[in-house]
Amino acid sequence: MVWAIENGDVLLEATLQHLALVGQALAISLAIALPLGILAARRPRLHGVVMALAGALYTVPALALFALLVPLMGLGQGPALVAIVSYSLLVLTRNVAVALREVPADILDAADGMGFSRGRRLLRVELPLAAPVILAGIRLTAVLQISVATVAAFIGAGGLGDLIFQGITQDHGDKVVAGAVAASLLAVAADESLRRLETRLRLATGLAG
Amino acid sequence: MIRLEGVGKHYPGAARPAVDGIDLLIEEGRTCALIGPSGCGKTTTLRMVNRLIEPSSGRIVVAGRDVTAADPVKLRRGIGYVIQGTGLFPHLSVAGNVATVPRLLGWDRARIAARVDAMLGLVGLDPALFRDRRPASLSGGQRQRVGVARALAADPPVLLMDEPFAAVDPLERGRLQREITEILRRLRKTVILVTHDLDEAIRMGDTVAVMRDGRLVQHDRPDQVLAAPADAFVAEFLGSDRALRRLTLLTAAAACRSGERPPEGAPEVPAEASLQVALSILLGSGAEALAVVDGGPRPVGTLSLAAIRALAAGLPDPSGAVARSPPLV
Repeated sequence: MVWAIENGDVLLEATLQHLALVGQALAISLAIALPLGILAARRPRLHGVVMALAGALYTVPALALFALLVPLMGLGQGPALVAIVSYSLLVLTRNVAVALREVPADILDAADGMGFSRGRRLLRVELPLAAPVILAGIRLTAVLQISVATVAAFIGAGGLGDLIFQGITQDHGDKVVAGAVAASLLAVAADESLRRLETRLRLATGLAG
Repeated sequence: MIRLEGVGKHYPGAARPAVDGIDLLIEEGRTCALIGPSGCGKTTTLRMVNRLIEPSSGRIVVAGRDVTAADPVKLRRGIGYVIQGTGLFPHLSVAGNVATVPRLLGWDRARIAARVDAMLGLVGLDPALFRDRRPASLSGGQRQRVGVARALAADPPVLLMDEPFAAVDPLERGRLQREITEILRRLRKTVILVTHDLDEAIRMGDTVAVMRDGRLVQHDRPDQVLAAPADAFVAEFLGSDRALRRLTLLTAAAACRSGERPPEGAPEVPAEASLQVALSILLGSGAEALAVVDGGPRPVGTLSLAAIRALAAGLPDPSGAVARSPPLV
């Protein structure tokens, strides 16, 4: 505690860095997972391939994945970003695909029968109805990325993980605790705020009471 | 007008065609009830009309246009579509649902809003009360009313209905069948109604088309189908109580000998009552004849048990209650 109060600015900077890293990783993940998930939901074979690949990436322990990436990409924020994104891609892509496949068949039949084009049906019917499940995937991904980003400090990502690793090497318990508590609070806050958004979205889509 | 000419659907690898060369003509403003056991191809036939299923052979003409040559997405905006589960969009309000096709067609806001209110009124839902509600907060019957309002919103000449009232409780179903039939007649919509419910087919269809194994077995007016099933299959499908069912289609007024003075003390039956009701009164009272009344000072005529029996047997009808018509297929 003493360390955290005396070094408030360092802690704040690390937290902001952590947030920025996760924010970028989440944005990139979404940009990849959304189209990939949409495609996978439509093509059963692609679905299998995507799930197998993403699953394989997810099975590799986070730290091992980072270590494997170092010879390829070196150290720093860039490689850290790549690692975080590839590690969390499965969860997000799978959620997008599952969310789209869960849209009730009679609703899609009605939409087709009334003359929706493919694109319009996706934008006006499928994505709005899939939104709560997709958001659940975003929530899981955000929490996962906040935790994985802590480990990514190992390959130079910076952020709260830096404080923890420094604390360990300097045998500075307060610093370790400050970094760990901050990272945990960040995860809890992200989880809770996104969960609330999800509940509101569920009500808005009229699928849950 | 809907015309099917030699329409077939053969799925690759299937032993027999799902639909096998159907010819069917539904005149403008008429409702045709497609009926048959499950797997007979009735839903496939329906879904080929708006090309949710592509026919493998034949031609389908809707309102003078060959649908097999049209752009399917545009085609469907001109054909109303009502399905069993209603398929209402849960994320949209009742108004948003009804506005679906007008929005796809690019109508302006004011026109859409006016149309939505008019459609809700038409199906018996007060726009002020229902406009902003979500489908989840409606009863099954109300949902189906919204489904019909949505299908009619862009005023399509043709409507396809697939088991529309199967998920509605029996009491509400009867009311819906009557009200929707009345609306469709008044608006002169040409309708194909797929159902497995014989009573629904008889109640709503101007004609009934019986299908079996992908083929059309019989297409005629309900009373004709009931009076003269084309073959043993149709007879069995209609059930051994078909003679009684047929009596629901005829009124006492149409079957009575008008002007004939009823026997002293004969029980009375309203002129607009069905022959089934009349028969029930006859059986219950033990009388041989009924006085048919319409509220006037004297009975309109006499309805005898013998006349009902002759009609039910499909015998040549002395009073001309059932006008003969040429075959429809």
